[in-house]
Amino acid sequence: MTRPLLLAGGRVIDPSRGLDQTADVLLQDGKITAVGSNLGRPDGVEVRSVAGRVVAPGLVDIHVHLREPGNEDVETVATGARAAAAGGFTAICAMPNTDPVTDNQAAVGFVVRQGVRAGFARVHPIGAVSVGQRGEKLAEFGEMVGAGAVAVSDDGKPVYSSHLMRTALEYAHTFGIPVADHCEEPTLASGGVMHEGLVSSRLGLKGIPSAAEEIMVARDILLAELTGGHVHLCHMSTRGSVELIRRAKERGLAVSAEVTPHHFTLTDHACEEYDTHAKMNPPLREAGDVAALRSALKEGVIDCIASDHAPHAYDAKEAAFDDAPFGIVGLETAFGIAHTELVRGGVLSLPALIERMSTAPAKLFHLAGGTLAPGAPADVVVLDLDDEWTVAPERFFSKSRNSPFSGRRLTGRAVLTLVAGKPVHEGGSPAL
Amino acid sequence: MTRPAPERTTILDARALARALQRMAVEVLEQAQGTDALILIGIQRRGVELADRIAKLIEKEEGFVVPRGALDITLYRDDLETVGPKPVIGETRIPGDLTGKHVVIVDDVLYTGRTARAALDELADFGRPERISLCVLVDRGGRELPIQADIVGKQVKAGARDRVEVLVEELDGRDLVELVRRETS
Amino acid sequence: MTALGKDLVGLEHLAPEQIRLILDTAEPFKEVSERPIKKVPALRGKTIVNLFFEASTRTRISFEFAEKRLSADTVNVAATGSSVSKGETLVDTAKNLEAMRIDMVVIRHGASGAAQFLGSRIRSNVINAGDGKHEHPTQALLDLLTIRDKHGKIEGLKVCLVGDILHSRVARSNIWGLTKLGAQVGVCGPRTLLPRGIEELGVTVFRRIEDAIAWADVLNVLRLQLERMEKGFIPSLREYYRVFGVTVERLERAPRDITIMHPGPMNRGVEIDSRVADGSHSVILDQVTNGVAVRMAVLYLLAGGRPELADAAKRGGGAE
Repeated sequence: MTRPLLLAGGRVIDPSRGLDQTADVLLQDGKITAVGSNLGRPDGVEVRSVAGRVVAPGLVDIHVHLREPGNEDVETVATGARAAAAGGFTAICAMPNTDPVTDNQAAVGFVVRQGVRAGFARVHPIGAVSVGQRGEKLAEFGEMVGAGAVAVSDDGKPVYSSHLMRTALEYAHTFGIPVADHCEEPTLASGGVMHEGLVSSRLGLKGIPSAAEEIMVARDILLAELTGGHVHLCHMSTRGSVELIRRAKERGLAVSAEVTPHHFTLTDHACEEYDTHAKMNPPLREAGDVAALRSALKEGVIDCIASDHAPHAYDAKEAAFDDAPFGIVGLETAFGIAHTELVRGGVLSLPALIERMSTAPAKLFHLAGGTLAPGAPADVVVLDLDDEWTVAPERFFSKSRNSPFSGRRLTGRAVLTLVAGKPVHEGGSPAL
Repeated sequence: MTRPAPERTTILDARALARALQRMAVEVLEQAQGTDALILIGIQRRGVELADRIAKLIEKEEGFVVPRGALDITLYRDDLETVGPKPVIGETRIPGDLTGKHVVIVDDVLYTGRTARAALDELADFGRPERISLCVLVDRGGRELPIQADIVGKQVKAGARDRVEVLVEELDGRDLVELVRRETS
Repeated sequence: MTALGKDLVGLEHLAPEQIRLILDTAEPFKEVSERPIKKVPALRGKTIVNLFFEASTRTRISFEFAEKRLSADTVNVAATGSSVSKGETLVDTAKNLEAMRIDMVVIRHGASGAAQFLGSRIRSNVINAGDGKHEHPTQALLDLLTIRDKHGKIEGLKVCLVGDILHSRVARSNIWGLTKLGAQVGVCGPRTLLPRGIEELGVTVFRRIEDAIAWADVLNVLRLQLERMEKGFIPSLREYYRVFGVTVERLERAPRDITIMHPGPMNRGVEIDSRVADGSHSVILDQVTNGVAVRMAVLYLLAGGRPELADAAKRGGGAE
């Protein structure tokens, strides 16, 4: 049994209760006991001053790729959970496109246990929609949920068959879980390696048009309406998608959406010089799309930020652009990028950012975190907003280094991450 | 602190240059023993203009038009590796077959001998002349290769830091040969 | 300082003066190819590897002639990358070449960006002989030289590229080269074969070949590949010929004599009529001749040249 912990004198921001004030936070027995002033000191309490810092519910990342089982050389549940803790995350959701695919209760249970064993950020598995992610047969949602899955997704691929997507939405409704879709129309996108536009024309690379995403977004929204199920749209990247989501929400449909830090920060110009660290799916788009995604986050049309952390071996990305795999890591830079670009950039207030990175994702996937209400798990992050640091991938806790932000100066990062009251990350993070 | 202008000495003014060319034309004829097999080839640049003038002097004297050509030796330089940005390559035109001919190479200044050597290498790729002679307006000494000129307009003593500048009417607007002495620092 | 730098990856980032330097340098090299002994010692002792990941006879032979006429030692490597490890092969290849201290590499590869990828990883000079759909700079340079020879200038000329622009690296390089030297550039082809945003590169789009012919001084007719039909970009080659083919009848209605160019190899009867290809306004064979000279110029300008030794030589008074 660990000692009670009092985080004293910080700026406490709890979006779940509209709280933003200087206060103390008392943690006991893995739970939040109280938040306020003059809380009293229980016996044996450890007092930590966090004056000048921000105390918030631990960040939650609902879209992460941990490569275990199958590709443990580029990331494991343990290393991913450690990297998450360094990024200020107390909970992450692991996508099922592992090898073999996480499409049954044994596989889900395995990921849960690996997460518990590692003892860093909580790891909540997402189960596959279809067996083997082959898009043919539904996986056993009930069994997977019973083993700990919090959602289903075939991410990496779209659910191509509208019939299967419809069935998935209806069936998922039984268990109260969302279906998270990777929106990509495969015949339009096939062979594409970056956004289809002027830059791709100049570089001589095949493009993925924005319409490839928007077509599936529109389809998923219609199916959500048809079935009453909850569809969660992964990594949105276009202004057209934003428009569709806005109108769906105006009509009160159960549609939620996420955006990654790289999609609201970088454009397709990052691909010039054929830098494979700018290659991901969906691709980086144009300035107009970046602007639309930022406004959407601000308005709440896009509910939350998720990293789509996708580790790859260093030499896999050392290839001609066409041949390199899609994806970049993001757990250890997500908050820094979001804070620098959105809060310092004047797009979002800090409480709104915390809401998008903690409270909202927790609520969407029905996770216990995202709040500092008494009785909630003691998943807390202490943030230093003035900490200026340079992204250095060679010092990541993640096994992989594929980040487009190497060398970038950021402001703000987690200096203490607690899960169930236990510190899982402390001090200046490695990316100094 | 501005550097004082380098010291310039006139070696040949326009008239002296004309007289030198006159004498060189006579020597060419003497050495060639007639004009039958004679070809004058000027080395780019300025050697071409000088070869032209010598040919015209011979034509006036003998009534015979001497075939002439131009040779650019840039691609045969032995210092292409170190010369930095590549020099511009001028025109090369060789009048007909060189076999059995007496080729007189004409250049403005003979110094280290490397240009002449490059010219010999290049001519060898065009055929096998019966004889090759070297005719220069100025010989400034300082040879780095065992090469000598058969016909010399003017002998000049110049140090390693000096420059011999040849200007010709056709390219530079006037005829002049100057010795430019660098300041010893 | 118009020096070309270490590599020739494309024309997009070259200054107009640099392009003109290459064209001007190609002229004396044309003369070398007319000599009885078609060789100059300029690149003697240099080792050049022709690294061709895509089969190509004419480009490779053209480069080989250029290299041999400069007295360089050439090695041909035909590397067919397996689809699984294409990228891996490229990295390993780069490292191997570096380890063998090759002076220059001429690379043709199926992936856009491959030349730049190689150039940024090895110290040897890298010359792009065609990378994916990105650029084929020496082809565009010889096209420019051919146009300049025929018309005496490039500025103000109206040049139209006809065919599959979307998949053509020759088209992209030509667009860069022509616009930088002041030509007006047009493109004509089925909409399915035009890249997005092409107008923003300063290019006029002609929907119909008749309009392009009425406008142009020069037509550069690109090869149409069979697989475009198989991938559904156009319904059939026959229809392509009927709608976009450069035929004698269409050219007869042109308001002026139009110079006809083609990078080769030609699909006679698909994109171009035989009688046009072999006609009096065709400069297709001149393109081939100029190809060797242009490639010699590029190799000559890129090779060697260690400036620090040049400075030392200058301080010593210079050789004459």
